Amino acid sequence: MSRTRILDTSDEAVADIQDGATVLVGGFGLAGMPFDLLEALVRQGASDLTIVSNNAGNGEVGLAALLKARRVRKVICSFPRQSDSYVFDALYRAGQIELEVVPQGNLAERIRAAGAGIGAFYCPTGVGTPLAEGKETRTIEGRHYVLEHPISGDYSLISAHRADEMGNLVYRKTARNFGPIMASAATTTIVQVSDVVATGGIDPETVVTPSIYVDRIVRVEARHHIVGGAR
Amino acid sequence: MTSPTVEHLDRGPLHMDELARLIARDIPTGSFVNLGIGQPTKIADHLTQEQGVVLHTENGMLGMGRKAEGDDIDPDLTNAGKVPVTETPGCSYFHHGDSFAMMRGGHLDVCVLGAFQVSATGDLANWHTGQPDDIPAVGGAMDLAIGAKDVYVMMTLFAKDGSAKLVDRCTMPLTGLACVSRVYTDVAVFDLGPDGVVVRQTFGITLDGLRDRLRSTGGHTVVLART
Repeated sequence: MSRTRILDTSDEAVADIQDGATVLVGGFGLAGMPFDLLEALVRQGASDLTIVSNNAGNGEVGLAALLKARRVRKVICSFPRQSDSYVFDALYRAGQIELEVVPQGNLAERIRAAGAGIGAFYCPTGVGTPLAEGKETRTIEGRHYVLEHPISGDYSLISAHRADEMGNLVYRKTARNFGPIMASAATTTIVQVSDVVATGGIDPETVVTPSIYVDRIVRVEARHHIVGGAR
Repeated sequence: MTSPTVEHLDRGPLHMDELARLIARDIPTGSFVNLGIGQPTKIADHLTQEQGVVLHTENGMLGMGRKAEGDDIDPDLTNAGKVPVTETPGCSYFHHGDSFAMMRGGHLDVCVLGAFQVSATGDLANWHTGQPDDIPAVGGAMDLAIGAKDVYVMMTLFAKDGSAKLVDRCTMPLTGLACVSRVYTDVAVFDLGPDGVVVRQTFGITLDGLRDRLRSTGGHTVVLART
């Protein structure tokens, strides 16, 4: 029997997330956002959360719903400000949420590093900018670098297209985005998918996230929202 | 071989669509290119099939096609501005770690970004106005600025308040140091390099007129003719 558990409901999947947890949330805008898991987390009630995600919510669905319910203490993201990020914007302007802005590639690589057992890495992105202030720097073969540390989570909530009963995942188009790296970087990875097939039902050559990274799966109806735009 | 600075005096400044077309024509055949959010996105409309340019979008795709309309809209397929787009034959998908590794690793040929300010030495400021009420948001700008082999800027040469955006030193928060190699504006196109700031062409203004206008608007004034 597979170690990956396939659960009946999103509520069961997120039941043990505690106050103060760090949660990595997949998605780029709304593509790949785990809407059902986030809505279950709102119902579950955990608060004082630190959320790591590319954006800080769109409209009032998914991540924005969690923010609106005042469950989030801090957001670590690359691009909070969007045309429809009014929930985050209001909380930020009122001083009711902390924000740490991280360049998008550094966000991705720091998450990847956490999953890959890297202690820290020297990165050229952001050298000489306000986002590198106070960070250790080093010059290697004439090029300047900033030391960046991994970002890990207690939980990852991600969305994939299909899983098999082992927990192997495939994604759909650009909804893949942060899913594979976040799956590797949390103590517990919870995945919502729109389809679960029997073990062996996914061609091993096409598996994107191997089952070792996946702890819980819940099947939900696929649903889609279009965001208003980046600015 | 370079050609001397060309002064286009039979016309006014370029419209943004004309500027997009000019940049599209300058992108080398077969390049892998990332177009930043905002005005640079328009460059895609002017690339020809014969150019064989492959567009990268940092949310995980090479071979991005045109904006999706009607039944082609798929919420799982968007560009970096979250606008629904389409596939082209030979496209590929990858996760965010890989997407920025190919950028940071120097595999992209050209990236075109908008800018608030560019310095004469190629410093770029394009992510944060620095105003206290502005919510900081960087996205992939810093990664793009240092990643592509050539970073072009597409912008108006003068801000809405009239001040020059090509300056001796950026006063707004920096995105990257010494990263911009060419600046395309409505009034002139500049190469930034070891020789300093060299004007490739002007639109609706002479080279001397350009220098006067930069001088009177706080801009970088030592702009050289190309010979």
